[in-house]
Amino acid sequence: MAVVEHGGKSFEVDEDGFLADLDGWGPEWVDYVKELEGISELKEDHWKVINMLQEYFKKNGIAPMVRILSKVTGFKLKYIYELFPSGPGKGACKMAGLPKPTGCV
Amino acid sequence: MHKTPLLDKLESGPWPSFIKDLKRVAKRKKSVADLLGVLERSYKDKITHWKHGGIVGVLGYGSGIIGRYTDLPEEFPGVEHFHTVRVNQPSGWFYTTKALRELCDIWDEHGSSLLNVHGSTGDMIFLGTTTDQLEPCFAKLTAKGWDLGGSGSAMRSPSCCVGMARCEWSCYDTMDLCYEATQHFQFEMHRPSFPYKFKIKCSGCPNDCVAAVARADMSVIGVWKDDIRIDKAAVKAYAGGELKPRGGGSPYAKLDIKADVTDLCPTACMNYDGKTLKIDNKNCNHCMHCISLMPMALRPGTATGATLLLGSHAPILEGAQMSWVIVPFMEMEHPYDEFKELVGNITEWWSEHGKNRERVGELMLRLGMREFLKGVGLEPVPQTVKTPRANPFFFWHQEDFDAEAKGRKYIK
Repeated sequence: MAVVEHGGKSFEVDEDGFLADLDGWGPEWVDYVKELEGISELKEDHWKVINMLQEYFKKNGIAPMVRILSKVTGFKLKYIYELFPSGPGKGACKMAGLPKPTGCV
Repeated sequence: MHKTPLLDKLESGPWPSFIKDLKRVAKRKKSVADLLGVLERSYKDKITHWKHGGIVGVLGYGSGIIGRYTDLPEEFPGVEHFHTVRVNQPSGWFYTTKALRELCDIWDEHGSSLLNVHGSTGDMIFLGTTTDQLEPCFAKLTAKGWDLGGSGSAMRSPSCCVGMARCEWSCYDTMDLCYEATQHFQFEMHRPSFPYKFKIKCSGCPNDCVAAVARADMSVIGVWKDDIRIDKAAVKAYAGGELKPRGGGSPYAKLDIKADVTDLCPTACMNYDGKTLKIDNKNCNHCMHCISLMPMALRPGTATGATLLLGSHAPILEGAQMSWVIVPFMEMEHPYDEFKELVGNITEWWSEHGKNRERVGELMLRLGMREFLKGVGLEPVPQTVKTPRANPFFFWHQEDFDAEAKGRKYIK
């Protein structure tokens, strides 16, 4: 596990740049990830997605299916890709501090 | 170069040796030299040396690239990153040397130079590169008109048999349907939104040369509904031994039409009296046996289309399945609107009801054929079952009772 420093904080990450633990998450993490994920400016809708993912994960212990993310936020998948160019898995989940998606990806 | 005593043994024997090929590339690619090292170690330890998972990609897409990292990065730094890039193949895997050179040049510059031609779903596989090379590689590919294939919980790259390009049995243009489906479902291919993976494969006839029935959620298999065309003179030539059975591919020098063809017909709908070959086409189930044995004498009919089957998948979780019939016959004419609409309905129904990582075939088993047919707008037909149910646990809806009370025997 590597450690990255940003905004005076340090974060433990794996080789894909996912946070080792959601407890280590902070707003500085979001600021750090946005550059890597091709996001120039964070809007309210970005935070809506991030907050939803974190709430769902804390409640259920897993990331939501794409369709649930769309339904709860009211954002179509196309718009989620506009917000997060790498998509809900690599982009939004990484930013929200959720564990790395697994399975045949 | 690492010492590879175990792998070296695989350089002998008549079959083309992948170790020889890897060694040739390893002379100029550090990553391939280390790949051989890590593979030798795996042969010795009898365990994989790739870490779990890996999430990498290109901006705008959620699929197409499979991240891989070795768990021995200090020893084999060349394969610390060894990601796989799926490049969508041309229909039927027809290439010009110009196209192949283009791909090789791009991959030689941005990756290990190793290819898998092709992955079992059909993609051209670029084996092994680093994260920083993904975007430049993708940019070069798209500039030349190539795109990534599918991965993850998405529509995977459709594939097809060679179809009408080289086969006289193809009942529809498999290559065209494969290309059209690929273009139509671009969003679904590049941006995973399904409960799990979804594959389309297109075979021109029931010989099923891309194994659509076993390896695609949606299997499109060409078929005809009129009569098999018989060339009487050619039948005579097969009987006389002038024409070799199965285009010379059979062990028999001369065809015994009764023993080898008509007696083996699964529905026993053929008759040969030593002179005339007769087929009772109403009872033919299009198994292709007679046509495959006597290609010069027998041809599929001219009223052609395809049977659509759904649901095949490998064993995880509920056991392996082959696709089963959902539409006995559909015409397959460009631009395939009916087909595209049905696939759209199926993926929509599945996305709405499917559990996380539940293949569409498993969802059909869980909710039942009736829910499926209603959900996607298809009629129940006898061809969808091999036999009727053997148990009496039939579920009646309230409207069934109401209709019966009003004197209706069956409701649709």
